[in-house]
This record gives sequence, C-alpha cells and structure tokens, in this order.
Amino acid sequence: MGVMRIPRSAFIWISLFFITLILANYGKLVADAISMNWLVKYPKVWVFPLKDYVSLAMQWLVEDATFGLFTFTEATRGLSWVIEQPYNFVRALLSEGFERGLGKSAVQVLPPLSWLTVLSAVIALGHYAKDWTLAAIVGACFGYLAIFGQWDSAMITLASVVIAVPIGVGGGLLFGILAYRHHWFGRLLKPALDLMQTIPIFAYLVPILFMFGFGPVSALVATVIYAMPPMVRITTMALQSVDPEITDFGLICGCTQSQMTWRILIPSALGSLMVGVNQVIMLSLNMVIIASMIGAGGLGFDVLASLRRLDIGGGFEAGIAIVIMAIAIDRLSQAFAERSTSYVHPKIRNRIYHRHPRSMIVLTVLIFSMVVGFFIPMYQHYPESHTITTGAFWDDSIKYLNINYFDQFEAVKIFFLKSFMLPTKRFFIGIPWPWMTCLLVFIGWTFGGWKLALMNALMTLFIVTNGMWAKAMITVYLCGVSVVIASVIGIPLGILAAVNKRAGKIIGAVIDTLQTLPSFVYLIPVVMLFRIGDFTAMIAIVLYALAPAVRYAAHGIRSVSSELIEAGIVSGCTPTQILTQIRLPLALPNILLGINQTIMLALSMLVITALVGTRDLGQEVYIALTRADTGHGIIAGLSIAFIAIIADRVISASAKNARIRYGLETTHGH
Amino acid sequence: MRHIIKSTLIGALAGTLLSGATLADIGSSDPIKLTLHDWSGQLINTKIMGSILEEAGYNVEYVQADYIAQFAGLKTGDLTLAMEIWATTGQEALDEATATGKVVNAGETGLQAIEEWWYPLYMKELCPGLPDWKALQGCSEVFSTAETAPSGRYVGGPVTWGGFDDERVEALNLDFEVVHAGTDAALFAELESAYQRKAPIILWVYVPHWAPAKYDGEFVEFPPFSAECYSDPSVGVNPDAAYDCGKPRGPIWKAAWAGMEDKWPDAFAAVQAYTLTNEEMSAMVGDVDLNGQDIDSVVANWMASNKNRWSGWIAK
Repeated sequence: MGVMRIPRSAFIWISLFFITLILANYGKLVADAISMNWLVKYPKVWVFPLKDYVSLAMQWLVEDATFGLFTFTEATRGLSWVIEQPYNFVRALLSEGFERGLGKSAVQVLPPLSWLTVLSAVIALGHYAKDWTLAAIVGACFGYLAIFGQWDSAMITLASVVIAVPIGVGGGLLFGILAYRHHWFGRLLKPALDLMQTIPIFAYLVPILFMFGFGPVSALVATVIYAMPPMVRITTMALQSVDPEITDFGLICGCTQSQMTWRILIPSALGSLMVGVNQVIMLSLNMVIIASMIGAGGLGFDVLASLRRLDIGGGFEAGIAIVIMAIAIDRLSQAFAERSTSYVHPKIRNRIYHRHPRSMIVLTVLIFSMVVGFFIPMYQHYPESHTITTGAFWDDSIKYLNINYFDQFEAVKIFFLKSFMLPTKRFFIGIPWPWMTCLLVFIGWTFGGWKLALMNALMTLFIVTNGMWAKAMITVYLCGVSVVIASVIGIPLGILAAVNKRAGKIIGAVIDTLQTLPSFVYLIPVVMLFRIGDFTAMIAIVLYALAPAVRYAAHGIRSVSSELIEAGIVSGCTPTQILTQIRLPLALPNILLGINQTIMLALSMLVITALVGTRDLGQEVYIALTRADTGHGIIAGLSIAFIAIIADRVISASAKNARIRYGLETTHGH
Repeated sequence: MRHIIKSTLIGALAGTLLSGATLADIGSSDPIKLTLHDWSGQLINTKIMGSILEEAGYNVEYVQADYIAQFAGLKTGDLTLAMEIWATTGQEALDEATATGKVVNAGETGLQAIEEWWYPLYMKELCPGLPDWKALQGCSEVFSTAETAPSGRYVGGPVTWGGFDDERVEALNLDFEVVHAGTDAALFAELESAYQRKAPIILWVYVPHWAPAKYDGEFVEFPPFSAECYSDPSVGVNPDAAYDCGKPRGPIWKAAWAGMEDKWPDAFAAVQAYTLTNEEMSAMVGDVDLNGQDIDSVVANWMASNKNRWSGWIAK
C-alpha cells in the first residue's frame, strides 16, 4: 500500500468542507470587519413580499373569483356538499345511526351497525379475501377496539377512511392514466406531486378551510391531497410496465382507447395498483391526528384530548388503536391485492344461494346480529363494564422512568447536545448564504449536470429572498442531525434484519408500529423525560424517520444476487468479508435511497416537532396556521418542500452514479 | 317485530310533529353550530350552552375546529358560535374578526382568565422571597438547568400566545432564559415531570385550568398590568423599558357569527345571557380531567342542578 493516496474528487470535497467550516466560523467576523453584513444576514428590506401576494391571491380566489355562472367558493362548497353526503351516510351507518327530526327532538330511525355486525362483517371479509387465519387476525384487531373501549371513535375514523380512500384511489388512478396517456401531462404532474408530498399539511390547511368550510370535509380533502400522490405514481409506473405483448394483443383485437385502458391495462396491472391502494390507506391513517384538529373527530381527537390533560395512557391506547386498525386494513388490502391476480371461474348453478353460498351465510349472520343488537343492548353497544384499560400502566411507567432515571437521561442529553448538536447548529447557522448557494450549485452540477445546478440555485434563492434563510438553516441542522442518527441506528438494524430472519421479524414489527403510531403519542412522554428543546424534537424525528433507513438497507442487502455471494464463498471469503466486501458495497445505492426517504420523513415531521417548541420552518408553518396567515404558511411550506426536493434530487443522482459505478445500471445519455 | 316497527314509525312521526310545533317559535330549524376545541373547560362550556339551546328546542350541532382558524368559519357563517375566546390569547383575532362586521362579540362568559408565571409550592423553600417577583432577581440560579446555567429557565407558552416574556425578563432585569413550549400539552408535560421529581420549575400557567387544582403552587406577583406599562417605557419600575409589569388579565368572551342574531334572535339572547363563574368551571374541569368523569355526565349534572338559572336565560 505504502502512502495513502487521496483521489482527486475526495480532495476537492474535503477542501470544500474545510472552506465552509472556516467561513461558518469566521464569516461573520470578516463580514463585520468589511461592513458587508448582508453576506451573513440577508437584510429584511431585501425580502420580496411574495407572501403578501399569495395571501391577496387567496383572498381574491375565495371572495371574488367567479366562473361566470357561479363563484369559485360556490364551486368548492358544491364539491364539499357532494363529498359530505356519502360521508354522512357512512358515519351514520357505522357510528351514529340514522335520525329523523332535529336536535333534541330527533328520533333514531335506525341504529348504527352494532359492533357485533361490524365484527362479523370484517371477519367474513378476511375469510373472503384469503383464509381463516386472516379472518382471525382481522377479527382480533376489531375485537381489540371493542374490548379496549375505542369502538365509537374507531368507527368515526373508519368512516373517514372509507370515504377518503376511494376518492384518493379514484383520483390517483385518473391522474395516473392521464399521465400515462399524455407524456406532457406526466411531466407537468411530477413537480405538483413532489410538492403535494413535501409541503406540510399545516401550510395549506387554512386555504382548505376557506374553500371547503369547517368540518369533516376539509379534513377529508386534506387527507386526500396528502395520500393521493403515491397512487398517481404507482398507476403510471404500473401501466408503463404492462407487458407489451399484452398491449399488442389488445391493439390487434381492435380495442378502443377506453377498452384498452379498462379491459386490458388496468386488469393486467392490478397487482401493482393494489400496492398503491395500500399506500393510500396507510397515509390516510397517518393523517388522522392532523385531520382531527380541523373537525374529523375519532381516534385522532382522542389522542389529542388525552394528551392535553396529560393522560398519557389514554393517548397511548387511542394511538395503539390507530395502529391496530392500520394493521387490519393493511392485511385485508394486501390479501385483496394477492387475490386479484388469481382469478378462478366460478361454476354456474341456478339458484342464488347455490351460486353464492358463502354470501348467503354471511348475509344471514349479519342480519341476525343486527336483529340481536336491536333487542339486546349489549350486542348493539359494547358494554362499558367489559372494557379493559392499560392506561395506568403507561402513566406509571413514565413516572417510574422519570423519577428514577431522569439524571441518566439528562447526562446523555447534555453529552449529545454539547458534543454534537450545538456545534452542528452553529456550523449551519454560520454559513454565509452566498457561499451555500454556490456550494449547492456546484454539487448539483457535479451530480446531475446543469439542470440540477439551475434548480438548486433557483430554489435556494427562493428561500433566501423570502427571508427564510435563518429558519431554513435551523431546519437543515435539525433534520441533518436526526438523519445522521437515524442512519447510524437504522442501517445496522437493517443489515441485522437481512442476515437474521428472526431479528428481521421483530425489527419489522417495531418499525411498522413506529410509523403508524401517531407521533404525538410519544412526543409528550419524551418531553417529560427530556424537556422541551431540540433534543426532544430530534428523538421524535429519529423515531419516525428510522423506518426507511432500516427497510431499504435490509432490502439492499437481501437483493444482492446469490451468484455474487457464491463467488465470494468459492474464493474463500469469511462471512465478515462477504458482508463488508460484497453485500455492503452492492447494497449502497439502496441504502442511499433509504437515507433519501429518511430525509423526506424527517422533514415531514418538522411541523409536528414545532409542537414542542422548535424554532425552524416547521414552527413558521405552525405559527402561520394559528394566525390564519395563508401567505406566510405557504411560503414557509414551500421552503421546506424545496429543501426536500434539493436533497432528493442530489441523492437520487448520486445513487444513480453509484449504480452505474457498480454496473447495476447502464448510462443512457447524461 | 311488526309492533316495534309500528311504534318506531309512530315515534318518528310524533317526533316530527312535536319538533314542528316547537320550531314555529324558534326561528330557523337549521343547526346552530358550536365549535369544540381540545381542552376540557371549553368542551364543558360549549356542551352546556348547547344543552340549553337544545332544551329551548333548537337544532344544535358541534363542530371540531381550531381555536384561531375558527374565525374563518365564523365570518362565513359555517360556524355559528364560539364559546371561549380568551382576552389573553384571542383578543387580537377577535378584534380583527369583529372589525370585519361579520363576527360579533356576544359578551363575557363570566370566566376570568389569569395568565402568569407560576411555580410549585416546594420552590418557595429554595427561593423564600416568593411570590414577590423581586425574589426571582436573587434566585434565578435555583431555576437553572444544565443547558441554561447559571441563568434560570422559564418555560413560556407557545410562540403564538405572545405574552412578551422575553421583553419582561429584560425589563425587570431577571436572569432567566425563556424557552417556548410548542403546545399547551408540552408545557404541562414539563410541569408534571418536574413535579414528580420535585425538581425546580417555573412556567406559564393559566386559569381556568386543571393544573392549579392538581399541583400546589402560586402565581408570581408582578407589578400589576396596565396598558401604559406595555406601551410607554417610562411607566413602571424600569423607567427605560416597556413590559415591566405582569400580564393582562381579562374575560373570556363568546363570539358569534353576525347573522346569528337575525336568524335565531332568542337563541342569541340566551347566548348573551349565559354566564358561569371561575369556581364552577374549575370544579367541573377538575371532575373531568382529574377524577376521570365523562364530560357529558358533568354537563348533565350542571343542567340538573341549575335549572332555574338556565331556564331564565331562554325565557328572555
């Protein structure tokens, strides 16, 4: 080996880092000395008043915009009415019952479906979708909801999911097909989808309230906006990857365009499409908490209300109920996804009960359970005396930890803050904005050519000229620190999950729970143990953003081709060598994508961590929400989105470079 | 079975007829929409008002809404009535909304909001001069944590609550670092945590709230608030700085959509007449948040034991 030689590119990066470090430390001194303070602190008078224009535009849209026959607001309110009707129906069916008359004099005409009926229905659905095992799992999940006293709230949440998911899926399908048919539409749609996924919901909540009115419909609309993008992407991708032989066959048969879409493309892509449906369901359940802040009610509201009175156990139970529901719906939808690919022709017989014996049995059971519920109240409402609660256990555990281990927690926290977080914070805040802009342009140019360089420049300047620079740097610091820690924990866990099957199962269950458990549930206990501040925010972000780091790392390690590993074994590699010399380098592109997703999730958590007092862009969005300041919220939200997009594009480009380097992908045009 | 269907139908019919009869003298049968937030006091307040209106024959609907964002709905008439707008945190939003003419202030709820620095009683041993604010000048170090030492640490409310604590610390020469909690829940999580360990803490507490009932403690006595103290530096103990006094105290208002008075005149009168006291409210909040009672049963209790009061409000 002799003397270590540093490759040229590494040398450039290292020197750039040191220049940045020096500028971050001394930039302010120098700028002060030559009295050019604007280099480090973008002056307020230069701020472009875009947010005021946005607010004005919004006001015009809501108050004055008209399509001639009707105004914009009337149009959105009309749409709101259309969504409200099925929602009211489902909600009455599942939780409130049908009433006639008004207010106190209302008479219940028909009670809601009893818990027994719903339980039987989901069990039947589980059996229909797959087998008795699934039926048992789903039944146990819904049984949990009843036994733990979460039934009523869970049904309200279920009602919103039942409405939001078809709209999200239908809309996603429609946009996806359009993007597949018309290339230009796809190109137009892509940035819009990026923004829909990266702008925090709080940023556009106020305009939605203006447009769709107060109540559950606004919550539904916000949920759909957040949950739809994956469906659009998956639809387009699934249609594109349909075997050309099948489409050719359709062409030969003389299919019209709509026959082609609905009879050939969609059925052949059904398997992948169901993955999209699954994503929509999961993201809708993710939105439960935020939706409850603007009128959705249900489990999300229970979480918020419990934590407001520091009933940690209560919040935890409602949160777990959301996870349980997510598990049940997830399993069901996945079973349907698998089922849809294997279609068996039924035997044809005469009578309806011959043709559909199972449906007949299920129907009988359902009607029976409804009638029983009608006469015996305990089968209508699950009796409160039979519910169990574990609330006290959670309260006591937190109290025990707090009293006995607070000092240890404090010591760990101080160590992290002093040795890692605060220096990083000072570093990022110190970097002069013109230098950072140049650096990002250079990075963009190196990895993705002039297009990426230009995009980075424009987005950075947007943040700077709107006066969000300082907040943006705090955002980058908080996210950066969290992503580093999440990767340090997550990647080894992912590797462990890939090489050890049993560990893999446990780790998988834990991160699934962490992702569906509303973060608010663990945010408050973390505050109790670590106090308000950046460290608490960091823990919450890490817990939430850990999942993709683990998943992608595991996926990357697992998908290394077995031939390469055998080749390694033949050449006499030890297991350690196989891991470090073969598996890890080949899994690198996947690991990078995992880090990319971790960054995205970290950024989406910022608005939640604003609730424990961070001072970054997330807080700006939150402040804008509470002051109903549309413009400010959207600008701050866009700034977060731009940080996300810059990070995403740069990492994707470098992951692509890595794949090319390891021969996993060929260069097609650069 | 047939019997049941029959009786249900008759019941339904009778219900419509009856409600039709009462509806004649209450104006519109459209639902009056009351907003619900996420703290128990507000829920109790709103549910009591709602129950009273229901007793009077109105069609009442409850809508979950954000505290400040609800003004958008009150302006358009999407929402009819908000029962708790605190002078201390919602005054500007309320003033802004009433200035548009689309929202009206429907008077006081009778509840008085107090917001101030607050400490648990055990802190008095460590800082004997309390509750006088001057004591804080001497013993700020008692309230310090590793991150703020040697300065004390004061946990303020969310940035959006305002409160001018950063300015107050400066003006009164208190060696404290102000840390803003992001939400009410985070604020009281800090208190609960410190109280469990009997650890030093001083923070923003407001009443009516369940915290002063659960934890023993006191408000710091700052020089009393005056409008001049906030606007004029020369007023107050520090001649060079404004905000050298305590926080304002004030009523909790009811706010309604401006169209309510025309649409349901008697209901609006009942809303204006409605008042509670801090003591009543604190007791009810305590029942819900500390004794684990159900909000609806607490409201029903109040309704049962105060029939004379509320029937006076709806009799106009």
